[in-house]
Amino acid sequence: MNFELIYNNFFIIISGLDETLILVIVSLSLGFFISIPFALARVSSIKILSKSVYFYVFVIRGTPLLVQIYLIYYGLGTIEYVRESFLWIVLKDPFYCGVLALVLNTVAYTTEIFRGGIQSVTIGQIESCKSLGMSRIAMYRKIILPCAFRQALPGYGNEMILMVKSTSLVSLITIMEMTGLARNIMYKNYAPVEAFLAAGSIYLFINFLVVQFIRFLEWKYNPHLRINS
Amino acid sequence: MKKYILSLLALSLLCLGTIANAKSIRIGTEGAYPPWNNLNSAGELEGAEIDFGNEACKRMGVECEWVTQDWDGIIPALLNGKYDIIIAGMSITEERKEKVNFTNGYMTDGARFAVLKGSGLENLTVAGMDKVNLNGAGGKEQAAIGQLIAAMNGNTVCVQSATIHQNFLDKHMAGAVKVKLYPGVDEANLDLIAGRCDAILADVGSTMDYMGTDVGANVAFTGPTFSGGVFGDGVGGAVRKEDSDILEMWNKVIAEMITDGSLSEITKVHFGRDISM
Amino acid sequence: MLRFDLLIFGDAGWGDELIISSLMTILVSLSAMGLGVFVSVFVTWAKISSNIFLKLLANFYTTIIRGIPELLVIYLIFFGGSASIMYVAKIFGYYGYIELNAFTMGTISIGLISAAYSTEVFRGAYSIVNKGQAEAAKSLGLSKFNTFLKVLAPQILKHALPGLGNVWQITLKDTALVSVTGLVEIMRQSRIASNVSHSPLTFFLSAALLYLVLTTFSSKIFNKLEDYSNKNNVTAL
Repeated sequence: MNFELIYNNFFIIISGLDETLILVIVSLSLGFFISIPFALARVSSIKILSKSVYFYVFVIRGTPLLVQIYLIYYGLGTIEYVRESFLWIVLKDPFYCGVLALVLNTVAYTTEIFRGGIQSVTIGQIESCKSLGMSRIAMYRKIILPCAFRQALPGYGNEMILMVKSTSLVSLITIMEMTGLARNIMYKNYAPVEAFLAAGSIYLFINFLVVQFIRFLEWKYNPHLRINS
Repeated sequence: MKKYILSLLALSLLCLGTIANAKSIRIGTEGAYPPWNNLNSAGELEGAEIDFGNEACKRMGVECEWVTQDWDGIIPALLNGKYDIIIAGMSITEERKEKVNFTNGYMTDGARFAVLKGSGLENLTVAGMDKVNLNGAGGKEQAAIGQLIAAMNGNTVCVQSATIHQNFLDKHMAGAVKVKLYPGVDEANLDLIAGRCDAILADVGSTMDYMGTDVGANVAFTGPTFSGGVFGDGVGGAVRKEDSDILEMWNKVIAEMITDGSLSEITKVHFGRDISM
Repeated sequence: MLRFDLLIFGDAGWGDELIISSLMTILVSLSAMGLGVFVSVFVTWAKISSNIFLKLLANFYTTIIRGIPELLVIYLIFFGGSASIMYVAKIFGYYGYIELNAFTMGTISIGLISAAYSTEVFRGAYSIVNKGQAEAAKSLGLSKFNTFLKVLAPQILKHALPGLGNVWQITLKDTALVSVTGLVEIMRQSRIASNVSHSPLTFFLSAALLYLVLTTFSSKIFNKLEDYSNKNNVTAL
């Protein structure tokens, strides 16, 4: 166990931290906002809407993220039509391909999490809304969505951690985030344990912060569950 | 108690593995590096090194078993005991010698940049030199590299990771060009065609093979052919440091095949030219 | 672009290789899941035990595995694997080489990851099973072992089934990450085929389709299992 190597590797791998964090933040934010209308579509009574979203969720959740990443980056890159269209401005860059794959993936899972949250709102609450004469939009805005988010917090927290880990897969399409840098070190120095320890501990730390953040949100948005309320 | 648990663990792990048979040699190769070694649609390995390896085993009177392994794990898998020798277009470098021993070189090929025709980077010439040998590099070679850097400044060069080509770019052209790393040469070639790379750096044989396919028809060489220095001294077989007997066996048969010309015949079939050492 | 001619069976096409690699995916997923469940039984037991040291060790294991990207775990086991196993063997005076083939490495890496998730499932299932059940069994004179075997374990399994179904899907999809070990499962075979034929679209779409078939089939099986285990549920009428 070469401690000097771990120390040096640490700084090399930290240089990839900004790339990892940007991927996480951009993909999670886009995923969060896109999932809301998707979840609403899933619970809507318009069959074609809910069935199409379900089909999308089904396909994304049934295939590995790696296959999706490769399809978007290499697969789309071989289609002449794509290369000559305006899409190429985005798809040429591996970063955007990575974000696209991560967003598509997280939307599928988050949609189901939000759907669970929406459907957990009890019928009693919905009846109260209707008896108060709330419009559908008001009902959603004031009661259903806030309740749904609160319910979805634990599940979504898990999704956030999965996103942090998923960013490591984009190292396979030439993005030099932390896993890519760690792998590079493993090739050059044949010191896998040192590289792994350096990179792994940073990921663990990020996930630790995510867990604390979710705990804080759960504390903040569940005032009725606090001990001294 | 501790010893009991450890022994159970070791026994169960021993059952999971098998020990190599002395009468057969397991050869590790990449299987994705035509014309050196690649898998065809029948699921068989073919290529110059496959022919070379099979012929060598025949002469040594042992049975050859080929094992494919992704390039990035090829040396660790050797050290893990997955096979006994690596024959996969691996150049002999000082860096690798720290972990493995090499047989004498059996083939050698230069490295060259390749670009898309019409990209403006074709036919770069440097100081009128066709070949640049980096062994004992002096002012002329440095000037050649300097010219190349000036011509390619700001461009993106794609290479296979963990190769001498990556080492060259990291050592001589870092900062001047953006380097993208790929797990295999074909992925880098795909991105060259897609326009994500301005140039690729790979060995001449592999790029020429790609230029022969219908998708690679638009690829052209540029700049001089490099060899020596960080590019190593030819391609050799890699064995574990303690397997000196395997090393000797292979060195003998390599010397034999060089002297009787069979190695040069094999390379001519696959490369169209003689690249034996 | 989409080269269907490359997917035919036989020597000229990759169809047969892809099907064989699917079988390999199923095999390695099954053995990894098996190893995972086996290991997770011990880890769960450690987590619910009153021994603080065991609890700490178990928590350490699951936190690390669930907090670090799978790719890194697989790299560690693959790049660093032989060193640790050789170390263990040296203790017993075995100085030769132990070959760790790709299948073993794949099983161990995915299995250890799967075990961490299975542990959480079993832990949750255990906490749902009413403590009263164990007490009732005790009052009936059932031995501790019999209590576990005949009363607790079946109920834990029943509650764990949905979670285990999820872990199975995760395990199945994680097998796509073991290319570095050289195991020829669906993802690696598709990459090989795509490299040789220069048509990634054809083969990665085929890979996606193959995985979809496997996951759909699996979820149908798990649904049937859940229905079977839930058939005797007592419901308020």
